[in-house]
Amino acid sequence: MKPAADSAPRRGAEIVDKAQHPLREMVVMFLANRAAMVASIVLSIVVLAAIFGPMLHPVDPFEMVWAPFTPPGQEGFVLGTDYLGRDMLAALLNGGRVSLTIGLVAALMSVFIGISFGALAGFYRGLVEEVLMRITEFFQVLPTLLFSMVIVALFGASLEVVTIAIGVVSWTAVARITRAEFLRIRELEYVTASRAAGASNVTLMTRVILPNALPPIIVQAALMVGSAILFEAGLAFLGLSDPNVVSWGQIIGSNRPYILDAGFTVTIPGLAIFVTVLSISLIGDGLNDALNPKLRAR
Amino acid sequence: MSDKLALDVQNLSVSFPMRGRGADGRRRALLAVDNVNFLIARGKTLGIVGESGSGKTTAAMAVARLVPKLAGNITIDGIDFGTLDNEALRQARQRIQIIFQDPYSSLNPRLRAGEIVREPLVYAGETSRAEQDRIIDELFEAVGLRPEQKALFPHQFSGGQRQRIGIARALSTRPSLIICDEPVSALDVAVQAQILNLLKSLQGQFGLTYLFISHDLGVVQHMCDDIAVMYMGQFMEYADRKSFFAAPRHPYSQALLDAVPTIDIGAQPTGGKLVDGEIPDLTLPQTGCRFASRCPHARDVCNGGVPQLQDWPGSTGHRLACHLTGTFATS
Repeated sequence: MKPAADSAPRRGAEIVDKAQHPLREMVVMFLANRAAMVASIVLSIVVLAAIFGPMLHPVDPFEMVWAPFTPPGQEGFVLGTDYLGRDMLAALLNGGRVSLTIGLVAALMSVFIGISFGALAGFYRGLVEEVLMRITEFFQVLPTLLFSMVIVALFGASLEVVTIAIGVVSWTAVARITRAEFLRIRELEYVTASRAAGASNVTLMTRVILPNALPPIIVQAALMVGSAILFEAGLAFLGLSDPNVVSWGQIIGSNRPYILDAGFTVTIPGLAIFVTVLSISLIGDGLNDALNPKLRAR
Repeated sequence: MSDKLALDVQNLSVSFPMRGRGADGRRRALLAVDNVNFLIARGKTLGIVGESGSGKTTAAMAVARLVPKLAGNITIDGIDFGTLDNEALRQARQRIQIIFQDPYSSLNPRLRAGEIVREPLVYAGETSRAEQDRIIDELFEAVGLRPEQKALFPHQFSGGQRQRIGIARALSTRPSLIICDEPVSALDVAVQAQILNLLKSLQGQFGLTYLFISHDLGVVQHMCDDIAVMYMGQFMEYADRKSFFAAPRHPYSQALLDAVPTIDIGAQPTGGKLVDGEIPDLTLPQTGCRFASRCPHARDVCNGGVPQLQDWPGSTGHRLACHLTGTFATS
């Protein structure tokens, strides 16, 4: 059954060439998804603008620079000025930094909490699972916006508190997904094999089960960045955001009374939120298709 | 003598708790393995045969401490494996490895073949990286895989090749005992033969000891030195291969052998007896022979007490648990 000695190395080399890491296969799959690719490009532009924009356009977003409600394109103001005569472009660029950062950090936070709860509950079962999942359900039934408003009202409207408030109310979905995946994977024979080989519980959870449970968690995390940005915008719109930093939601909130006189002051940051969140959702969708092998045949 | 024994299992029982309480108000529990004893000498193979649900896999998993046992002593290599805890248990696990039934779910899809074989060595923590590489190379050759295939992922292999990786993994820590849990029943017949012959030749090469779980009597006859027939958590018959296949004594063993399909044109179909009758409820204490409800020879005496394994008259080592042993032996 073994190949002849002379042909063995060549055949071997061929096979190694075809040896694709599942990750690479996933990337190929993702690149083939046109909507997700366009969304990635758009999101990259938004992110680059947020990172480098304030350096290329060094105007203080809080400084009154011209007459209020200058329409976009006039007097050298690309996006016009707001109700206090502040540069909208500067506000949009600086606000993007804040909105994206809050979205990312809050999503990371809820992924961390969610994975911890879900992994422990799904791995240990029994009493641990009961307690952790009841806690999860408690957070799940709280009205999220109200709860985060309470946190911000109690601890003050600083950037950190807003981020934590968003993270604390949105981790339950990750916890449930992680638990479900752990419950499924812990029964598979390769986990038993690793246990029989002498893997400790921590190794089983972090090195054996978690990597195999990650795909749906990654998708959920991507979608959560989008929803965290929306959440922050909602809080800022209600005035529950750090008054000393601009964010997209905060621009909309402060210009709200003038929506009929100068619609652009509300529409422009609104569009920024819309485009960003839509891109993130499309990327999440693309990731879902790429990570879920059952859909690969489509 | 004990240094010749790879495995010594005494009075092993496994029970699974169930929901609710029985009529007597106690918590219901299913006694999946009820007081079984067995020995395997180093380099030998014990086969446990039985129908689905007979408790054979549960017994093996309990020996490997992957299923909690209710009672019993497990001695591997003279070490009291049954009472070890936590870190000591984790360390000792390298002495006993498992080859699983399903070659598709038993390999971690995120690890390359080489890393799958390396895993037990890493957990055992006694070898350097270079030494691990050498062991992996040696094992890949021993199980008939090419060295380049170390870099492939499980989904790039066929079922038979995957089972070879599983075998290499089980061999990596040089365990004292390898549990083969129906290692070929998920493979097609031609590949079955290859894998069985590989297991045999590895046993000769490395002096391996197997606990071989199967429902296939043909496979067991090919592989095993001793055979234990299990039914509903207990051994019905326990004998060496020659004696067993020359003359299976227990009515259940005879029924199992009769049930093996044959292509002899003149053969009379004898099956049918085995499928009749209810199986006993293992959540209740047993009061008689558990096979009595399906046994063609059952009499009143069969419901009076649980039969214990005892020697067939005139033989040593051919034991069966049957109230009618004396009747059969004289007739």
